[in-house]
Amino acid sequence: MTVLDPPQSTARRWLGHVARHRVAATLGFLVLFPLIVPYEALAANILVLGLYALGFNLLFGYTGLLSFGHAAFLGSGAYGCGIALVHFGVGWFGAILIGTALATLVAAVIGFLAIRTRGIYFAMVTLALSMCVYYAFYQMEPLTGGENGLRGVNLQTIGVFGFQLSFLNPTVKYYVLLAFVGVAIWLFSRLLASPFGAVLEAVRENENRARACGYDVAATKLVAFVISGAFCGLAGALNALHLSIVPIETLHYTTSGQVVMMALLGGMGTFFGPFVGAATFLLLQDVLSVLTQHWQLYVGIVFILFVLFFPRGIWGSLLDRFGPR
Amino acid sequence: MTAASDVILATEGVGKNFGGFQALRDVSVEFRRGKLTAIIGPNGAGKSTYFNVLSGAFPPSTGRILFEGRDLSRARPHSFARAGIAKSFQITNVFPELTAQENVRVAIQAVHRRFELFRHRRAFPELYDEADRLLASVGLGDRRLRRARELAHGEQRSLEVAMALACRPKLLLLDEPTAGMSPEETREMMGLIERLAAERTVILVEHKMKLVMGLCQRLIVLHHGELLAEGTPDDIRANDEVRRVYLGQGAH
Repeated sequence: MTVLDPPQSTARRWLGHVARHRVAATLGFLVLFPLIVPYEALAANILVLGLYALGFNLLFGYTGLLSFGHAAFLGSGAYGCGIALVHFGVGWFGAILIGTALATLVAAVIGFLAIRTRGIYFAMVTLALSMCVYYAFYQMEPLTGGENGLRGVNLQTIGVFGFQLSFLNPTVKYYVLLAFVGVAIWLFSRLLASPFGAVLEAVRENENRARACGYDVAATKLVAFVISGAFCGLAGALNALHLSIVPIETLHYTTSGQVVMMALLGGMGTFFGPFVGAATFLLLQDVLSVLTQHWQLYVGIVFILFVLFFPRGIWGSLLDRFGPR
Repeated sequence: MTAASDVILATEGVGKNFGGFQALRDVSVEFRRGKLTAIIGPNGAGKSTYFNVLSGAFPPSTGRILFEGRDLSRARPHSFARAGIAKSFQITNVFPELTAQENVRVAIQAVHRRFELFRHRRAFPELYDEADRLLASVGLGDRRLRRARELAHGEQRSLEVAMALACRPKLLLLDEPTAGMSPEETREMMGLIERLAAERTVILVEHKMKLVMGLCQRLIVLHHGELLAEGTPDDIRANDEVRRVYLGQGAH
């Protein structure tokens, strides 16, 4: 077949490269990211919550399921990691694994119950179940610190291959977190490119057709739900180490709402969108909260404008405008 | 009596209720292997309900469905596809944002790579080759990299047929395959169905009786949710009751 490429603009060619090498491009960007953000703690916030939005996007953008309960996975990951570290003296690496595993387990239970429903009912069931998780952790005060949150998740130094790194140094901390986020991004990209990733898209596009092809739609959704929970759990575990505390608000439904906003702002169903969304949300919060205590009002207005005029989000709209066809 | 192996699909006393409404009542039919059978009937005869029961979309309220002797009455919808029953829908039902090639490739993948998580989909080039071959066979070879939603209506229907063929079905079910098509597209689709039927068992639902008379070998006529008549096109043409039902409707 001889198809002549139309003359491409520089922007389009450039975005074409980004889309083809999405892992390398995303990592490259995140490596340089602290240089363009006002301070490193904010960069680390964006990094960790970007991973949270990435995990959420597997379900929302790629499978077409809107969950309003993802705080449960971010929170279980954070508490799992924090409790292992504070109460059981587990090493930092083991604590991250425990947090992620706990979130995966919680996702399996919630997912098992929620995938029987669809649309708005799915959103409501995930919301209700995540609030159950909230109250469970709230009540287990000896273990979780109750409404004060889990304090004392202090990590002074971490040993990596025999080197002792100071986790109090924000630059070191950022790049340690990035190492985990980087592996997660790579795994995520592999997953999307796999045959299973194709099934997720098929389920999003047309459940009935996927079923008629012979796919077990319910099982596919459950697997996607659990994997999404695992990514969010890893984000939670990293967040606990980053903040040195697990606030009970991590599990609150407003945290579930936040990730929906981040995904929509950045561009649902795009690879890089969740990080763009997390960055936009947190930068807006950072700048506006200095100027006014009603910063949420302005973030809300920005969000509404985006939903109305750029439903594909920032990154999605850029790809539409300049992206490879 | 036909030998058991001649019967690919059978329904025994199948009924379907929706709330208080009985859409199908006691339908017992044996579908012969290798034949092109059409299910016809006037509007509201229960054709689509029967099709949905045959394809696994709804479980029957009463009775049994036997596919190659296996009872599928309580099987979940995706099991029908895995058993070897493929269908195309009355309303075009594709994956709109995916390319035509990916639509078919995903359908082929359903046969053996359902939960492959850690390898690249490009690692299975044979699936792409087969998708291209199937697309070419339904006349979409040069449209394969288009998104499904960019295709014309008739092309989308052909794409659906290619997707239905992807799992190498033993039985192909088509629900009003020419619905909403132009006369020219209808002719092409009928030609395609004839070619497909030469190699496998096909059951199709059709509202327009004229269209199928010259094409199929067996006809099932439904009326008010019940089996009215069954036989060759000549039998059906000569059947007084069928004539009354169709003419009665035409007289309005």
